[in-house]
Amino acid sequence: MASRKLSSEIFDFFASVRLTVALLLTLAATSVVGTVIPQNQDPAAYFHTFGLNLYRLLATLGMFDMYHSWWFQFLLTLLTVNIVVCSMDRLPGVWKMIAVKPVFRLSRFHNSPHHQQIAVNTPFEQIQTDALKLLSKNVGNVHTEKIPDGVCIWGETGRWTRIGVYAVHLSVILLLAGGLIGSFWGFDGTANIAEGDTISSVLLNGSTKQIPLGFQVRCDKFSVQHYDSGTPSEYRSTLTILEQGKPVLTRDILVNDPLRYRGINFFQSSYGTLPPQHLTLTFTSRASGMEYRKKIEPGQTLDIPENLGTFMVTAFHQDYRYMGTPIGSAFTGMLTPPKGTPVEVVLPLRFPKFDKMRQGNVVIGIAEAEQRFYTGLQITRDPGVWVVYTGFLLMITGCIIAFFMSHQQMCIEIHPGEASCEILIHGIANKNRFAIRKKMDGLAERLLQTPTPPAHA
Amino acid sequence: MNSSGILSVVTFVYGFTAFLYVVSWIFKKPEPGRLATWVAVAGLMGNITGIALRWMESYKLGYGHAPLSNLYESLIFFSGTLTAVYLVIEHKFRNRIIGAFTMPIAFLAIAYASLSPNVNDRIQPLLPALKSNWLIAHVITCFIGYSAFAISFGLSFMYLLKDKDTEGRHSLLDKFPHVAVLDELNHQMVMFGFLFLSVGIITGSVWANSAWGRYWGWDPKETWSLITWFIYATLLHARLARGWHGKRIAYLSIAGFAAVLFTYFGVNLLPGLHSYGAIGQ
Ligand code: HEM
Repeated sequence: MASRKLSSEIFDFFASVRLTVALLLTLAATSVVGTVIPQNQDPAAYFHTFGLNLYRLLATLGMFDMYHSWWFQFLLTLLTVNIVVCSMDRLPGVWKMIAVKPVFRLSRFHNSPHHQQIAVNTPFEQIQTDALKLLSKNVGNVHTEKIPDGVCIWGETGRWTRIGVYAVHLSVILLLAGGLIGSFWGFDGTANIAEGDTISSVLLNGSTKQIPLGFQVRCDKFSVQHYDSGTPSEYRSTLTILEQGKPVLTRDILVNDPLRYRGINFFQSSYGTLPPQHLTLTFTSRASGMEYRKKIEPGQTLDIPENLGTFMVTAFHQDYRYMGTPIGSAFTGMLTPPKGTPVEVVLPLRFPKFDKMRQGNVVIGIAEAEQRFYTGLQITRDPGVWVVYTGFLLMITGCIIAFFMSHQQMCIEIHPGEASCEILIHGIANKNRFAIRKKMDGLAERLLQTPTPPAHA
Repeated sequence: MNSSGILSVVTFVYGFTAFLYVVSWIFKKPEPGRLATWVAVAGLMGNITGIALRWMESYKLGYGHAPLSNLYESLIFFSGTLTAVYLVIEHKFRNRIIGAFTMPIAFLAIAYASLSPNVNDRIQPLLPALKSNWLIAHVITCFIGYSAFAISFGLSFMYLLKDKDTEGRHSLLDKFPHVAVLDELNHQMVMFGFLFLSVGIITGSVWANSAWGRYWGWDPKETWSLITWFIYATLLHARLARGWHGKRIAYLSIAGFAAVLFTYFGVNLLPGLHSYGAIGQ
């Protein structure tokens, strides 16, 4: 007996809406933490911010990846259990209510809080047919019942809408299940592919693990388009899928327009430039105004004509900052005049005349640099996404049903009198009291408006 | 006049509307209230015209897009939906005092957009990540939801004022709807808002999945929208638990609206953030 009682207490605890309120508030409060402490950063950065002791404490509590920490997952599990147990508790009753057509009992209508009382001087038979017609427009299937001193017309609609809330609750479970499926059987990685190169595996984010794709992906071309103002308007990669070395599919991807192949998705996520392989420079002598073109390779030293010194290309920079201003990708080189100290020369790819600013004896510019891009792809597989999307649809439909529809029962009670008929309108709704009141007002108004036939003289 | 000009005028029209509703309430005169309704309708027309004009202007600049892509544009849209939803409520419930508690919010939103030096009103071309129909669905549904929550916030405020005055002594509260009506109306607004917030989060998540390959990433903005959602879900369930009617519901609704504001403005103050759509730099 005692254990029976304990187990039913446990069941009640998990079925209670109080627990739901507590859980939802706790989830809201704890979620704030992860937005205040930046998540998944380098441990060194945390160490620097928090100091040793606080760092240790926070790390133990999983605060640096808190949405995946054991206690946050535990809260989500509790919520799931809460929903399941609560549904087990209520669903059978609701199911019965939906499956079984209610029987007519006038007292039930009399006990409801919604009533309207009017008097009309339409004859009894006519008001009866009018009411029947009117009510069947409102609730469909209508029945007439005899009562001691008159007649009752009643009907109901929307019994099935009682399931709406359960659809919402099921949708929450689907979202959590879909997330779980994704974290077990999906992956999330990135790959940088230079134009012309091919990859066959992907590096997982936040780890050093490589996952084989089972096919190859080649980047044929990458391009950036700009608006007139210079801000980027489009990133486009042309990708080719190869199976055993044979191309099977070529497609362009854009941001917001990924490629999906054999359950794996390729998203445009970043790009960069690679050092140009062939470089041609111009050297313009200030004294003579002559311009000389020379091919050069990084690391190679070159004699400048007119005895203006030597020049060596030292490095290529992806994003060069000149006095703090970003100027895009650039080469730097070392110019050694015949006399005097070597100076560093910056050669941005985008501004060929940049070096004029230095006002040296020789102006160095880039005549030709064949630039190569690489495209940065986000590569994911998530078999749970369709479960999640189903949950999305179910949640929207369920909310619409739960919020804006209701099970309505209406009854028009007619008592014939001497000069006029007394009419009582009752309504029962499982929710949305405004809607049923409004319907009843409408019914009353229409019944009052029915034209009175000329009285018999 | 260009769209920014029209929208600056609308700012003052909404300010005047709010003023009239408040005057009508405080001095218990129906005439300013009736005028307020018409001024609000005129303001809404101007608001819609401004948005439509801005849309056309963006096409003339050569990078046409729906005007829902930055802070300025979303605030303008928010003021419009808030005014529209409020006018529907006023029409349905025949009570103009609610206007004294909601139109000031519409005014503040559009005033912040038009007058603050922090908000850029230039029409800008779309970043690649923002070129998506999901974005349009996302912004529209979120802001319809936020409008409902703003009205719920106003109603909660009214509820708390009215509820304190149990003996009906304060004459300013005479014409307030009954607390039960305020509570019911508040619930309706929260349900309406919850539906649209849910659709907003869902469309945002589908958009994220098509742009970055993940439907959820615990980004602070996403997380804050979820926190907001949790608070309103709490509210919906708290009504079912005993003893949680009225006052506590009003407090929860106020907390919910605070979370809405934080999702929208506060998230930028958090540490360690990168903006959406940062790509290739
Ligand atoms: C994130 C999780 C949840 C969401 C989004 C959610 C959503 C909803 C919604 C939208 C409603 C309709 C409210 C209304 O009509 O005003 C509802 C009602 C309800 N929920 Fe939840 N819910 C969640 C979790 C839970 C849990 C864990 C329980 C467990 C006890 C629960 C129990 C109920 C009950 C009993 C109702 C009322 C049903 C009725 O009106 O007959 N909910 N829920």
